[in-house]
Amino acid sequence: MEKFTKHTGIGVPLRQSNVDTDQIIPAVYLKRITRTGFEDALFSAWRKDPTFILNQEPFRAGSVLVAGPDFGTGSSREHAVWALKDYGFKAVLSSRFADIFRGNSGKQGLLAAQVAQDDIELIWKELENAPGTEVTVDLESKTVVCGNIVAPFAIDDYTRWRLLEGLDDIGLTLQHEADITAYEATRPSFKPKTLPAKVS
Amino acid sequence: MGKTLAEKVWDAHVVRKGDGAGADAQPDLLYIDLHLVHEVTSPQAFEGLRLAGRKLRRPDLTIATEDHNTPTLDIDKPIADLTSRTQIQTLRNNCAEFGVRLHSLGDAEQGIVHVVGPQLGLTQPGMTVVCGDSHTSTHGAFGALAMGIGTSEVEHVMATQTLSLKPFKTMAINVEGTLRAGVTAKDIILAVIAKIGTGGGQGYVLEYRGSAIRALSMDARMTICNMSIEAGARAGMVAPDETTYAYMLGRPHAPEGADWDAAVEYWNTLKTDDDATFDAQVDLDADTLEPFVTWGTNPGQGVSLSESVPSPEDFGDENAKAAAERALQYMGLEAGTPMKGIRVDTVFLGSCTNSRIEDLRAAADIIRGREKDPKVRMLVVPGSARVRLEAEAEGLDRVFKDFGAEWRFAGCSMCLGMNPDQLEPGERCASTSNRNFEGRQGKGGRTHLVSPVVAAATAVRGTLSSPSDLGPAPEPVAEPAGTAIPTNDAA
Repeated sequence: MEKFTKHTGIGVPLRQSNVDTDQIIPAVYLKRITRTGFEDALFSAWRKDPTFILNQEPFRAGSVLVAGPDFGTGSSREHAVWALKDYGFKAVLSSRFADIFRGNSGKQGLLAAQVAQDDIELIWKELENAPGTEVTVDLESKTVVCGNIVAPFAIDDYTRWRLLEGLDDIGLTLQHEADITAYEATRPSFKPKTLPAKVS
Repeated sequence: MGKTLAEKVWDAHVVRKGDGAGADAQPDLLYIDLHLVHEVTSPQAFEGLRLAGRKLRRPDLTIATEDHNTPTLDIDKPIADLTSRTQIQTLRNNCAEFGVRLHSLGDAEQGIVHVVGPQLGLTQPGMTVVCGDSHTSTHGAFGALAMGIGTSEVEHVMATQTLSLKPFKTMAINVEGTLRAGVTAKDIILAVIAKIGTGGGQGYVLEYRGSAIRALSMDARMTICNMSIEAGARAGMVAPDETTYAYMLGRPHAPEGADWDAAVEYWNTLKTDDDATFDAQVDLDADTLEPFVTWGTNPGQGVSLSESVPSPEDFGDENAKAAAERALQYMGLEAGTPMKGIRVDTVFLGSCTNSRIEDLRAAADIIRGREKDPKVRMLVVPGSARVRLEAEAEGLDRVFKDFGAEWRFAGCSMCLGMNPDQLEPGERCASTSNRNFEGRQGKGGRTHLVSPVVAAATAVRGTLSSPSDLGPAPEPVAEPAGTAIPTNDAA
């Protein structure tokens, strides 16, 4: 995973709550077996509407999405994060993220920064009054800067550390393989195994 | 101080405690007892293993099935959609390469992953269960800690059989009282979500408690736990009890002999202690609950079926008001319209929420001997090939066919329309599934989430209806063979 320390890019105000992952990427795009190439799928239903924010200049080239509360609800599809990244987004700001989406973002180096709704409202106004305004998201200081607005954001320390260091999760876990093996030795015999297969 | 059920299961699976405490705490490393795999969220994870030269650590704790893309017609023919066919073939290749047990289309154990696990007896109390699918919360009905995960985590579990997780908060959902006739588990969970909102459960594991929950069958408990994710929760649980054990007994992978006794002794400890405290509590009165239905485009936008479409002005919060306006526009509804006045084009009975044998029985009991509204199309999609066989043994397929419904093969089907079962733009559907998101069941499709009995009554009348809206039951027809098979008879 690439390290994330600080990013500056055009902010995109998405004035909508409950942006579920079916909206971020509809199921029809989940049939692909690759991990990249999902930029065309991002918000594909909404992008058919010429008034949608990503169809407006200069927002088309945005890289910081500023969304309403409960972003990323619904399906666990990591494709939602891949599509945001493939399009060019580096960070999403929202006052509330769905747990699975937040977790998936952390695994993929997309910063899910939790910003108070009052600050989101200020940033929305700024981005709408001066389209093309850049937003800086600084992971080291956990702050967002947009015009004259300086707002703190929340992110759990473990995810922050992994993003700053660009660490691979599986590699980290495998450092504790002896612990896993020791745990496995305690598994009670009544717990099921899938193999050999039994059917009715 | 005592522990909650969720905390007990968590603590029993800690491989390595994270360093630090409070906000600085590192996640715990948790062991995963069962990993369920399907074709949509696994190809990139298998590829990741291959690229890193890693093995799948525990094929014997992993099981795969084909569900999201599978057609529900002509299953003996090659899948027409090439990308779907490729994805299914990729799963078959990956399972063969990594030694994973797979139940393919045409196999008697194929079906929706969350129907298959419990049916085989692989889902058991006190286990940790994960799957690259948010509705993994279903398995919490057994007192398991069951979570949906993303593809990176799928790969992590494949490589290590563990997950790094930060402890969740706990929330008690107390449902006391007795459900009235025609009111079901689906109505309980839709009412809970309407009450706490789609974000109300974020960061929590929910434990469903109280006399109304205790009275529910396993199929019904699975319906409730299934939709925990729709309230934003990572998991939902019900403490195991005699109902759970009766369901488990005799299933293919249930423990036997001395193992059964040891298991029950352990399972009996899986209850929230009297002196344990939850981080939050929510109460719901089962006595006064009515059939519930959604009017909007997220599962929290629901009302009692006897009410009317709300007005955006009813919502104080500006975001909720804007969301309601947008939802009404998408749904093509006007505020103030009685819910029961809304006409539907399609009725979908299926999905991991409501496709089990009891769901099919309940719907069949409503429609038996009645006629379908001729303008309504009804799809009945059993959750698994096994459920389909069981239903056919009881003659339920005949009830649905005589009624004019389409009797299909097992899969996720119209819940998310990855296969050809989709709504047309503007088409309105009463659906027993779990998500009414824009376009979820097909581009431009309009979804109202309902229970199986409301779905059935709606198919009779053509408008959203409760079973109590139907006239007197028609003349009894001859009992179909096999109705005496008990619910918990070994599958």
